Amino acid sequence: MPMIEIRAKLHRQHFDLDVNLNMKARVTALFGPSGAGKSTLLSIIAGLIKPDTGRLVINNECLFDSQAGINIPIHQRRIGLIFQENRLFPHYSVQDNLTYGFNLLEKEQRQFSVKQIVTLLEIGDLLEQRPHQLSGGEKQRVVIGRALLSSPRLLLLDEPLASLDTKLKAQILPFLKKITEEIQIPMIYVSHSVEEIQQMTAHIVAMENGVCRLPI
Amino acid sequence: MWVDLFRFTSAEIVALLLSIKVAFWCTLAITVPGILMAWLLARKSFFGKSLINALVYMPLVLPPVVPGFLLLLLLGNHGLIGKYLYAHWGISIAFTWFGAAIASAVMAFPLMVSAAKLAIIQVDADLEVAAQSLGAHPIRAFFTVTLPLAAPGILTGLILSFSRSLGEFGATMAFVGNIEGETRTLPLAIFTYIQTPGSDVPAIRLVILSLVIALCALVGSQWLERKALAKQGRDLK
Repeated sequence: MPMIEIRAKLHRQHFDLDVNLNMKARVTALFGPSGAGKSTLLSIIAGLIKPDTGRLVINNECLFDSQAGINIPIHQRRIGLIFQENRLFPHYSVQDNLTYGFNLLEKEQRQFSVKQIVTLLEIGDLLEQRPHQLSGGEKQRVVIGRALLSSPRLLLLDEPLASLDTKLKAQILPFLKKITEEIQIPMIYVSHSVEEIQQMTAHIVAMENGVCRLPI
Repeated sequence: MWVDLFRFTSAEIVALLLSIKVAFWCTLAITVPGILMAWLLARKSFFGKSLINALVYMPLVLPPVVPGFLLLLLLGNHGLIGKYLYAHWGISIAFTWFGAAIASAVMAFPLMVSAAKLAIIQVDADLEVAAQSLGAHPIRAFFTVTLPLAAPGILTGLILSFSRSLGEFGATMAFVGNIEGETRTLPLAIFTYIQTPGSDVPAIRLVILSLVIALCALVGSQWLERKALAKQGRDLK
């Protein structure tokens, strides 16, 4: 069972964030109106924003502790990021995008084979193509595959379906569900769509004005 | 008369080759510092950034003879630094082709930086974050994501710098003079002909040569840029 401990305080001019969360579910959904601080919280977890004080522990590994002076840089946190706008490398083929993080890992750190992920996401026919030749849904599947192949400790999904139309959403959601069922990586799933969240998990954290209200 | 326009003398060929040599070394010398400076100005904020920015672009707005003269005060055999180089190692920079390359480098640096800076700004910084989140050290992310995506613009900067160096006149003249075979590059050779009565034909000959080189450089850079962009799946409109 995953164990994620997050404490973070952040003060900005028009915004205060104060979070104290312990997550034990494989998939935890962060739900709340825009401006609630969901994306800020994800940025703190990923290491993009440094909170004023706080602590982040994932499965007994401390990634940030303001008191102990620990702040593991982004590239050593091994936290996969999936955002609403795809961030595929335009100058690499799908294959090279997929293996970018994979190739940086030692053999024993790799949790999946490329073939396994390619099969899971049904992207075998796209490997030679470049990102600009893919449809929106295909791009998002490659992004998910690339993140999974970097064998992350934790996967952060920030509105991963928001830029897709209803039809495409319906195509990607089953893949995401399949991942949660077949792959043992804890996830934090941010969305403002109730239906989407209900399909993904029963563990929901509501967030408003920079504060989390525990499971509803 | 018409045939004379293509009958290059050996001194003119020396001037052409010298120009290319100077431009080559000038471009090579500013490649790494230019990209580094461009990256600093594009991605980082630090104390004194606007001053550094102004200093980098200064040679663009100054009359070229001013940087040339400053170089002489600095690196000339009696200059602030030059006198030590000369006294301890017998190195003389002023009035050598090497000095001409330095003068060109100073004049071309802002062109290189501005092209590379624009190219780096246009690279989505989120892609660098994505690379880092996949486990790439920021330096690796720079070399595998930022640099290849900025390559077309950086290439343009390099070709601009090379061309600028081929055309360098004022700073070169002030710093290293007009010495045949050593510092007399194409523009200085043209200038020398213009100063010499009855040398219009050789002057025109070199002017045509300069036009051809400039045209080739510009067409070539566009072609390379188009090719590089196409490789990334982008189009030059």
